[in-house]
Amino acid sequence: MATTAEATFVKPRKRRRSGLSERRLAAAMVSPSLIVIVIVAAYPIAYAIWLSLHQYSVIHPGLSRWVGVDNYKDALTSSTFWSSAKTTFIFTIISVSLELVIGMAMALLMHAAFRGRSVLRAVVLVPWAILTVGTAIMWRSIVAPDVGFFNQVLKALHLPGANTVWLAHNGYALAVMIFADVWKTAPFMALLLLAGLQVIPDVLYDAAKVDGATGWQRFVRITLPLLKPAILVALIFRTLDALRIFDLPYVLTQGSNGTTTLSLYAYQQLTQNRLIGPGSALSVLTFIIVMAVSLLYIRLAGDNLRTMAAES
Amino acid sequence: MSSQAVARGRVRMRTRTRAQTGRRRTRTNQILLWVGVVATILFCLFPFYWIINTSLKTGAELSQGSLFPHHPSLDNYSSIFKNSDFTTALRTSLIDAGAATLISLVVGSFCAYALARLRFPRKFLLLAVVLSISTFPPIAIAAPLFKLWTDIGLYNTYLGLILPFLTFVLPLTIYILTSFFREIPKELEEAALVDGATHFQAFRKVVVPLAAPGLATAGILTFIGAWNEFLLAVTLTSSSKARTVPAAIAFFTGATEHEVPFGSISAASVVISVPLILLVLFFQKRIVAGLTAGAVKG
Repeated sequence: MATTAEATFVKPRKRRRSGLSERRLAAAMVSPSLIVIVIVAAYPIAYAIWLSLHQYSVIHPGLSRWVGVDNYKDALTSSTFWSSAKTTFIFTIISVSLELVIGMAMALLMHAAFRGRSVLRAVVLVPWAILTVGTAIMWRSIVAPDVGFFNQVLKALHLPGANTVWLAHNGYALAVMIFADVWKTAPFMALLLLAGLQVIPDVLYDAAKVDGATGWQRFVRITLPLLKPAILVALIFRTLDALRIFDLPYVLTQGSNGTTTLSLYAYQQLTQNRLIGPGSALSVLTFIIVMAVSLLYIRLAGDNLRTMAAES
Repeated sequence: MSSQAVARGRVRMRTRTRAQTGRRRTRTNQILLWVGVVATILFCLFPFYWIINTSLKTGAELSQGSLFPHHPSLDNYSSIFKNSDFTTALRTSLIDAGAATLISLVVGSFCAYALARLRFPRKFLLLAVVLSISTFPPIAIAAPLFKLWTDIGLYNTYLGLILPFLTFVLPLTIYILTSFFREIPKELEEAALVDGATHFQAFRKVVVPLAAPGLATAGILTFIGAWNEFLLAVTLTSSSKARTVPAAIAFFTGATEHEVPFGSISAASVVISVPLILLVLFFQKRIVAGLTAGAVKG
């Protein structure tokens, strides 16, 4: 990016400088960020844990009663919690796997040499730039009964299901949600993977070709292993995002027909049902699940991430 | 020299024979490639076309689901711009996302510089804390912030959204800027230090101007992140006084299909998407660089 630093430059001798010492300066420069993080993230998390251990009344604000882990017990024994956890995990696993496969195909395509490649690279940014709320409305209108494009196609092709109200059926509603998410984020995955593809030296492929390796063999033996760090990073980003999913089900179905995710369930308990204690317990549980999954990833990714962290 | 020429000839011979045997294969590959290209373009653009198509339809045509608007009209657009809830939300979104972006660039560039250049204890811990914030599910802080903001009067205000937006975009800003700062040759700062500048002056006068492309990248990505934020925007607001665009649009959307004013809502979605699409296409290279910062180097 920057111009080449001249190698002729002589390393400066350490000299006493005016101004803050390096350590103090570092503290001063880091503290604004830390203050923001503590006030708006760390403290609220601690407060959420406190709230989750209390029975809190909205009608008589301030009236709160210590109930220990009762809210958690209630949450863990409620069927809604388990069904929303199941929905969240099904959504995460299917959408992230589809995104990986489609994103990989798109990345390989964008990496191939052909005229107009830059147009393709621009086009894939479009879904990413559209608001999630906009995406949800878009897919809602595409799968809408009668008016929707999808049913029109089915009708034109004389396929069954042309009159289905897709968002009103349990499995289908989740499928639409998954597809909308894949549409919006597969291109993002593709860009991350493309960046990884670009640093694999062509020499490796040429050598493999000379040795008679087929295209598939080159992909499995060269591309995949060398792309592993990029794949892991992309998977982590996307999995953590998918586990937190909220806006898609909120706008698509309001959580009806088996699309209530953990975040949406907690939100409903907190705002619609005004159950601050139980709702906070649900939020904390969601938080713990997301943290556990990210730790699991870090375990699995192990060395790749450690080298990344060590470099920073 | 002659042996080189012989070797070159051999290579040429080999490639020619390989080219002959592989010609048919290359052609099928070409066809597959173009099928893939067309499929990708349709996949990415068709849904957006559909929403534009819907936004140009009115009345009975809205419920016909045709591929083109037969009587295209801009009525939906004029109606949303006459709707004060929408225009207010647009202004609120610009203010909230803009303020969060500006503050996060200033605050984040300080932190990123310290991480990239200065030596201090527990640097790794700080990095871990910053990165872990980006994994926070916003729902985890929704209830406490709702209570807290109600108590101190920040509920349903601009600042009440700017602060949480800032927190959620800050990790990305710090992450991108740290990787940009690290690419700036150390020698330039060292030259400034030798000339008697303090570390902070070196940062302000040497590093920040050189990192302008990085600041632009981080700025665009954080703006998009804040513009997109939904959960806290619906939790921490209660009226059009402080509602941002995503929250306002969701508020207009009914629960069942029959309640959805598809025409005007599609128009609203187009209005809020087009500026972002243009921004993204214009800064394409920077955005891709920012999104992939770190993803590759690992």
